[in-house]
Amino acid sequence: MSEQAQHVEHEHPVEHEHHIVGPKVYVVVFFGLLMGTALTVWASFVDLGPWNPVIALAIATGKATLVVLYFMHVKYSSKLTKLTIGAGIFTFLALISMTLSDYISRAWGRW
Amino acid sequence: MSDSTAIAHGAPADAHEEHPSYLRHHFNSVEQQSDATNFAMWLFLLTEIMFFGGLFTAYLIYRNWYYPAFVAGSHQLNVVWGTLNTVVLICSSFTMAMGVWCAETRRRRGLVLCLSLTFILGLCFLGIKGIEYREKFEMHHVPGQHYSLQSFLDPQSNPEVYAEYHDKPLALDMARHTEIYFSLYFALTGMHALHMIIGIGILGFMIYRARDGAYTAGHTTFVENFGYYWHFVDLVWIYLFALLYLISRHQ
Repeated sequence: MSEQAQHVEHEHPVEHEHHIVGPKVYVVVFFGLLMGTALTVWASFVDLGPWNPVIALAIATGKATLVVLYFMHVKYSSKLTKLTIGAGIFTFLALISMTLSDYISRAWGRW
Repeated sequence: MSDSTAIAHGAPADAHEEHPSYLRHHFNSVEQQSDATNFAMWLFLLTEIMFFGGLFTAYLIYRNWYYPAFVAGSHQLNVVWGTLNTVVLICSSFTMAMGVWCAETRRRRGLVLCLSLTFILGLCFLGIKGIEYREKFEMHHVPGQHYSLQSFLDPQSNPEVYAEYHDKPLALDMARHTEIYFSLYFALTGMHALHMIIGIGILGFMIYRARDGAYTAGHTTFVENFGYYWHFVDLVWIYLFALLYLISRHQ
């Protein structure tokens, strides 16, 4: 069966090669995520004024990036997948930022 | 009708021997099939991002409008339970990732172990969430007829929370808006918990099949794509934890 699979692979070299992510990477990412959690909880105990939400969301985004790139294999995926995810996240951010900027600026100068 | 069946039966009997049994006929190769399936899975996950994104946006808009109510509301959550649940979920994501590796390297026992651990950690998460929900019911912080404003009109009535945050009493109209905070809290964590319950159900099905070696014979697409779903649920919680539990502690 594996011989046939290899044969098919040579016939269609365009397709993306399957990459197996090993335990080492997973362990490093796992500890990275635990450290990120510890860091964000610690930061929430420090009074940073308006920077508390910014830092919490920045750390959350860092953790999310680790999850997406390594646990969800995006770093090793095809260009089509990467482009699709990038376009999706861009659309999502555009929707959120345009909605929020409307709500924040609607009563501009009237308070 | 009879003609088409005749044609189907007339197909060469050894057609299936030319490729692995899990390769569908409309794909050229196993790689093409797995590429297409991964792509479809990501499209589904993007719709999920938009779905949770809508809820997050609602939360941010209302937080911007009724800021004092949202700060007081979030002070009623217990950071210790939230942190514990974050750790539980990260552990379950790790065991799931290891499960995918076991499937890819054809380790049947390892796969069953990893999936079972993920299953148990998922249940732990729901158990802790249950403790938190119970607390909300006892405090009458569940939106609806029995919702109580006492914790917000008279913060000292709840000595534990008061000792930590020293909240000032809210005016009646602002105190009533804490109900919106808890509506969004239950909508967000409830939808997340529903995703967990669905995931745990599929995990049970996968453990049952993995014991017979269903995913360790070269066809790992199902385990991989389920892994993406599970990590996505983890990812939503990472943001929920920051937005609901952490960002309002000092205001």
